[in-house]
Amino acid sequence: MGSLTGVRSRDTDWDGVRLHVVTGKGGTGKTTVAAALALALAAGGRKVLLVEVEGRQGIAQVFDLPPLPYEERRIAVAPGGGDVHALAIDPEEAMLEYLEMFYGLKRMGKALTKMGVVDFATTIAPGLRDVLVTGKTSEAVRRRDRTGKRVYDTVVMDAPPTGRVSRFLNVTQEVAGLARVGPVRAHADMVRGVMASPETAVHFVTLLEEMPVQETLDGVTELHAAKLPVGGIFVNMVRTVDPVLEGPFDLAELAMGVKAAGLGDDGNAAVIAEALGGEVVEQQRRAELERTERDALETVGVPRYELPLLADGADLAGLYELAEAIRTQGAA
Amino acid sequence: MTTPELDLDGIIDDPGTRIVVCCGSGGVGKTTTAAALGLRAAERGRNVVVLTVDPARRLAQSMGLTSLDNTPRKVAGADGELFAMMLDMKRTFDEIIEAHADPERARQILTNPFYQSLSSSFSGTQEYMAMEKLGQLRRSGEWDLIIVDTPPSRSALDFLDAPERLGRFLDGKLIRLLMAPAKAGGRSAFKILNAGFGLVAGVLTKVLGAQVLKDIQTFVSALDAVFGGFRQRAEQTYQLLQAPGTAFVVVATPERDAMREASYFVERLAEERMPLAGLVVNRVHRSPAPGLSAARSTAAAEDLESRGEHELTAAVLRLHAGRMQLAAREHREQERFASAHPTVPATQVPAMSQDVHDLDGLREIGELLAKR
Repeated sequence: MGSLTGVRSRDTDWDGVRLHVVTGKGGTGKTTVAAALALALAAGGRKVLLVEVEGRQGIAQVFDLPPLPYEERRIAVAPGGGDVHALAIDPEEAMLEYLEMFYGLKRMGKALTKMGVVDFATTIAPGLRDVLVTGKTSEAVRRRDRTGKRVYDTVVMDAPPTGRVSRFLNVTQEVAGLARVGPVRAHADMVRGVMASPETAVHFVTLLEEMPVQETLDGVTELHAAKLPVGGIFVNMVRTVDPVLEGPFDLAELAMGVKAAGLGDDGNAAVIAEALGGEVVEQQRRAELERTERDALETVGVPRYELPLLADGADLAGLYELAEAIRTQGAA
Repeated sequence: MTTPELDLDGIIDDPGTRIVVCCGSGGVGKTTTAAALGLRAAERGRNVVVLTVDPARRLAQSMGLTSLDNTPRKVAGADGELFAMMLDMKRTFDEIIEAHADPERARQILTNPFYQSLSSSFSGTQEYMAMEKLGQLRRSGEWDLIIVDTPPSRSALDFLDAPERLGRFLDGKLIRLLMAPAKAGGRSAFKILNAGFGLVAGVLTKVLGAQVLKDIQTFVSALDAVFGGFRQRAEQTYQLLQAPGTAFVVVATPERDAMREASYFVERLAEERMPLAGLVVNRVHRSPAPGLSAARSTAAAEDLESRGEHELTAAVLRLHAGRMQLAAREHREQERFASAHPTVPATQVPAMSQDVHDLDGLREIGELLAKR
C-alpha cells in the first residue's frame, strides 16, 4: 500500500484484497450485500468504488438514487468517514474509452457506432462485452493518481449471478475462440491476471434454501476449476428465532398463555393456540432444513457470514445495519 | 383494491392457447411455474411440451430430465401427454446450419472458430436459440400446447431483443463490410471500399487482429450463402409471440426488486403488443392466524414478558408478529404493483417449506396456481 491512510489497526478476513467480487443466485440479495460490503470496507476513512456490470441500475435502487451515469461519483458516506463511490459500467462507453486509451481512437467512435461495430462488440461478439466490463473494473483497481497513490483502496463488483460468474471472470477463455492472439487477447490476459490474483476474492451470497445453496456449491467448484480465488459465503436474510421454540411444545400450555395475554377466552383460546402452533411447526420444519443447508455450506471450508433478515426490507437504514454485521463478523 | 383473479385453468384449458411463456427476473420460480402448468395442462387433457432453458438440477429430475439432449422426452408418471426438454443452444444452432447448408458448407461453418465461439457464448445466442426452438416445436405440430420459460438473462427482456439484435447484425452494414473481400474475389477489402469503410476495417484489424477478422469474414460469407434472412426468421418468431394463441405469464415474488421487474415487464409487453395473461406471485407468506395483528401480538408478548409468565407463549407471539410484518410488507409490494397495473389479473402461490422434488410437488403447485 502506498499510503498509511488505507491502513486500519483491526485485522479482517480479507486484508490485502483489493477487488471483492460479489455473486449469488437471483433473489438472494446480491446487490444489497455488495452495497453493504462496500459501506463496511469504506468505514473508518477509506475510499471504495462499487461497480455494477449488468446495466440493471441495481445500485441506484438500493441507495434510493436516480439512475447512475457512466461516471464515478460519490454516493454514500460510511460510518467513521469513508466514501463509497459508484459506477454503472456501460459496455458501449467502456469500449469507446478503451479505444481511446489504447489506440487514441476517440474520434472514431461515431463511425464505429454507425457501422454497427460497437453494437457488434458489446452485444454479439462472444465474450467481448465481459472483457470490456471486467477490463474497466481492473483499470479502477490498478489506477493511481499523479503521486502514485492508489485512487481506490478497494473495489467491490456486483457481478453476474452464480450460474454465469466463472465464465464471466475467466475472460481469457471467453475470448479464446474469438482471439487466440492479438491485442484483444493480450488485454484479456491482463484482466484475467487481475481476476485471478490473490488480491481478488469472489464471494457468494446465498439463502439457507436448497437451490441457492446448491448453486453456491457448484459455483465454488467451478471457480476452483478455473483457478479463480474463492472468497467467503454471505448467508443472507437469516431469521433469528427464540430457542424456546426449538423443542417440543404443549398446545394446552400455549392456550393458557393466549388466555393470560388477554387474546382469547375459554371459547377461542384453544383455536388461536392451534393456529399459532401451526406457525411454530412450520418454523421448526424450516429450521431443520436450514440446518441441513448450513451443514452443506460448512463443507466448503471458507469463512461464512450471517446477515439478518431486515424487518422493513433492504432500505438505506437496512444497508448500514448489514454493513455493521459484516464488520462485526470480520469480513471487512 | 381488488385485482382481477388470474384464471390459469381457463388459459390452459382453452384449445386456442398454443404457447405459454413464463417470464420474470432470476430466482422467482419461473421454471417451476412452467413445469407445474405443463403437468396440470397435460393431466387436464392437453398434449404438452415444456421447453426449459436452464433448470435447477432437482427440478429437472422431477420431470425425469437427466441430460441436456435437446429432444423432448415423455415424462413418466404424468397422467397425460407431457413431454419435457432442456435447450442445448449449441446443438440447436448446429441443427439450423445442418438443415440449411449442403454438407461441405455446413462443415466450413461448424468448424469455423468464430462460429464455435458464437454458438456457445451466452451473449444473445441462448435467447435466440430458445426462440428458434420454440418456433420449431410450434411448426412441428406435434404438441397442442408449448410452455416455455425464458433464459436467465442479464435483463429479463433479452429474449425479446436478442433475436432482433442478432438479425440486425447479420443483415447489417458491418456484415456487408466484412463480406466485401469475398465478394471482391479475394482482393483486399480496403482497396475497393470507400474511405469510411476502410477506416473502420483498419480499426478492426488493429484491435482484433487480422486472423480474427478473417475468421469472422469466412463465417459470415458461409452463413450468408446458406440463408440470408436471419432477420426474417427473427421477425417470424416475434410475430408468433404476438399471436392470439400466445399467453405471457409474468412470474415474481412479493419482493421489491422482483415486483419492480414484473412491472417493467408488463409495460414492455404492452408496448410490444404481446398478449399478457397475468401475474403469478410465488412464495407469498401467510399466517394461519391472520386475525391477530402484528401490533397486538407484540403488545401481548411484551405484557407476558414483563410479568415473567408464559415464556413459550411470548416467543410464539413474537414469531407470529414477525410473520405478520412480513406478510404486510409483501402485501404492500403487491398493492404497489396493482395500483400501477389495476387491470392485470394476478394469482398467489404460498411459500412452501421445501423445494419441489417430484411430480407430486409439481402437481401441488399446479393446484395452488389454479385455485380460484
